[in-house]
Amino acid sequence: MISANLLAIFYLISGILFILALRGLSSPETSRQGNLFGIIGMAIAITVTFLSIDNFSSGFLYVILFLLIGGSIGAFIAFKIPMTAMPELVAGFHSLVGLAAVFVAISAFISPEVFNLGSSGNIKLASLIEMSIGAAVGAITFSGSIIAFLKLRGLMSGSPITFTGQHILNLLILISIIVLTYFLCLNQSPNFFWSLIVISFLVGFLLIIPIGGADMPVVISMLNSYSGWAAAGIGFTLENTALIITGALVGSSGAILSYIMCKGMNRSFFNVILGGFGGTDQTSSKTSKEQKPVKSGNADDAAFLMKNASSVIIVPGYGMAVAQAQHALREMVDSLKKNGVKVSYAIHPVAGRMPGHMNVLLAEANVPYDEVFELEEINNDFANCDVAYVIGANDVTNPVAKTDPQSPIYGMPVLDVEKSKSVLFVKRSLSPGYAGIDNDLFYRDNTLMLFADAKKMTEDIIKNL
Amino acid sequence: MEIDPFIFRLSIFILSIFVGYYVVWSVTPSLHTPLMSVTNAISSVIIVGAIIASLAGTNLSVFNQSSIFGFLAIVLAAINIFGGFLVTQRMLAMYKKKKKDKK
Repeated sequence: MISANLLAIFYLISGILFILALRGLSSPETSRQGNLFGIIGMAIAITVTFLSIDNFSSGFLYVILFLLIGGSIGAFIAFKIPMTAMPELVAGFHSLVGLAAVFVAISAFISPEVFNLGSSGNIKLASLIEMSIGAAVGAITFSGSIIAFLKLRGLMSGSPITFTGQHILNLLILISIIVLTYFLCLNQSPNFFWSLIVISFLVGFLLIIPIGGADMPVVISMLNSYSGWAAAGIGFTLENTALIITGALVGSSGAILSYIMCKGMNRSFFNVILGGFGGTDQTSSKTSKEQKPVKSGNADDAAFLMKNASSVIIVPGYGMAVAQAQHALREMVDSLKKNGVKVSYAIHPVAGRMPGHMNVLLAEANVPYDEVFELEEINNDFANCDVAYVIGANDVTNPVAKTDPQSPIYGMPVLDVEKSKSVLFVKRSLSPGYAGIDNDLFYRDNTLMLFADAKKMTEDIIKNL
Repeated sequence: MEIDPFIFRLSIFILSIFVGYYVVWSVTPSLHTPLMSVTNAISSVIIVGAIIASLAGTNLSVFNQSSIFGFLAIVLAAINIFGGFLVTQRMLAMYKKKKKDKK
């Protein structure tokens, strides 16, 4: 057994290693080393926790057993999961952190003496508040992530589910959580504790159902943040520095990502959370535009245009992920490069269903990361480029965001695709994107619509190159 | 007058938020997905709480009301630790620079 002070120092060391793990992600070269730091930090935290236990009861064997069971399930998932399923995997993992926080809080409530928090029915007030926060936030993270998972997996409709009085209901529930926590602190009745957890599960559920599919980048980041705060809450309860540091890191990381995603859509955080965006009420100007002429082409035309171009910018979006077109896209780019065409990729911050979604898919298809650019880095290059190849993106290219103050996406930063000499727009139909508005780009003179599945069209173009 | 240990923990917490804030802003946007999976993995350090909870039982009865929740939490957190770090490793291994000889 090691002393409490030594234990605290080791927890601090693993906290520092976690900071270094995140720091490593500032560039792909250092990132792998960073991940290693994270693994070492985790190994230290677990090992010293084992060493701090003074009686090696038979329970210890079960700890190892369950650790191995969970570990093998996790490893199995990690190796089997396709990269396109990353958003739902992350949502699923968030739900597990949330639930684990709830379980630890329950355990601490039932047997506070194990954690030196007083005795059952007579728990220290501060600990009780901390554990309530940990349990409530954990429960919200769990049920919220489950809904996000179902929506991302397509097991539940991605469209927002709204009903009248939704916001009032949420407000009432929020108030009841505070009231319950208050009464829990007064008489420490387990009934209040259980009701608190059940109601928090309900909050997570109600919070995420009104949020639509394309707002998922914000939701995932937000749940990421919540899972951190839940861990921090438990960290305070258990007086554990490693947990407090990690919780704070993860909490602020998720919050920053949510902020970046909201900024990418020019919407406030509350606007996203209140939900209902992209519903059916935005059909106003649709009918008048349906008459406009659209130029459509086939793979042959597209291949001709790109072969004779000197530079091509590729704009991928969620549709590329759905069609699993990243490998075909990479092949197309390879043959373009053989023809001496300069190719780069432009990624909008909210392209896809989670932050960095497109980058991972392109990396999977062996696209070198120094050919992939963020919105600010590449937006000026469209004016000098011959062909923009839009594959699976829609709203993020809509010029209306710059011109029409009435539009729901007005002010959102968009890729200036229309400035390139010609635009190839791969899409299955003229249907509007997530925001429910028509894309002005479809009707431009320099736009050639390629009506097909993203993967099939790309493969056909390769044949014609 | 003595300072409540809670204040020390609160200080650590607040300072860590600031560290997190500056560190995460320097993460390159192309690595935002690995950032989420690695934060997921490290927040599972909650497993230390789960381990303590699971040893709430005695030699005679390993499984009691409290330790069962601990064991369940161990399984959940372990899935996350192994799954999170390994999937991050898998993703990061894919990020490659342009090969000079290939072009």
